[in-house]
Amino acid sequence: MIPLSYYLILSVILFGIGMFGALTRRNAVGILMALELMFNAVNLNFVAFSRYLPQPLLQGQIFAIFVITVAAAEAAVGLAIVLGLYRNFQTINVDEINLMKW
Amino acid sequence: MTVTQVVFFLMAAFTVGAALLVVSAKNLVHCAIALVFAFFGVAALFVLLDAEFLAAAQVLLYVGGITILMLFAIMLTARISARGIKIMNEQVGVAAVVVFAIAGLLAYANLKGFPAAVPPLTVQDNTASLGTLLLTTYVLPFEVVSLLLLAAMVGAIILARRERGKD
Repeated sequence: MIPLSYYLILSVILFGIGMFGALTRRNAVGILMALELMFNAVNLNFVAFSRYLPQPLLQGQIFAIFVITVAAAEAAVGLAIVLGLYRNFQTINVDEINLMKW
Repeated sequence: MTVTQVVFFLMAAFTVGAALLVVSAKNLVHCAIALVFAFFGVAALFVLLDAEFLAAAQVLLYVGGITILMLFAIMLTARISARGIKIMNEQVGVAAVVVFAIAGLLAYANLKGFPAAVPPLTVQDNTASLGTLLLTTYVLPFEVVSLLLLAAMVGAIILARRERGKD
C-alpha cells in the first residue's frame, strides 16, 4: 500500500528538478530535456490521481496519453528550431542568441 | 515494508537520481543517456499504478523516439562536449530559490491528507478499455491531436530543411 502523497511528492521533486534545469541550462537541447522531465512529472501526477479516485475509470490515463502526444510534437518542432538556430548562429546557447533583445 | 513499497522507493530513488544527472551533467550525451533511465523509472512507476499501456507507450515514445531525436540534435550541433564550457547561466541562485519555493508550496499542499487506501480496480483490461474510451468518449480530442501531430511533422520538416541554393 503506497499512499497517494508519496507519488505526489515524487512528482513534485521531479518537476522541481526539471524546472531548475529549464531555468539554468544554457544549451537549448538541455532545456528541452528538462522540459521532458517536467512533462513526465505531470504525467505521473495524472496517472496517480486516476488510480486513486474512488472509481478509477482511466480518465487520467487518457489525459496522460494526450500529454505524451503533444510532448512528442513539441520535441520534434523544438529540435527543428534548434537546428535552424544552429545553422544561422553557429551556437545553440540561448544566452548568446539575443536577436530580439532590445 | 511490503514488496510494493520497496519497489516504489527503489524506482523513486532511481528516477530522481537520473533526473539530477540530466540537469547537472556537463556532457550533453551523458544527459541524454540519463534521461533514458529517468524515463524507464517513470515507466516502472506507471506499472506500479496499474497503467500498463502507458508504461509501454512511455518506453516506445520517450525512450525510443524523443531521446533519439535529442541525440540527433546533439550530434548535429557542435561543441557540446568541449571541456571547460559553462553549462549554466547566471540565474542559478534565483532559479534555485524559485524552484524551492514552488516545490515547497506543492509539497505542503500534499500534506493536507489525501486518502491512503487504494480503491479496487474497476477496469480489468487496461489497454482494451483505453482503446474503447479513445474511440467513443474522447474521439474528438483524438482526431484533433492526430491533426496536431501531422501539423508538427510538416512544420518540423520545413523548419529543419536547408533552403535550396543557399548553402
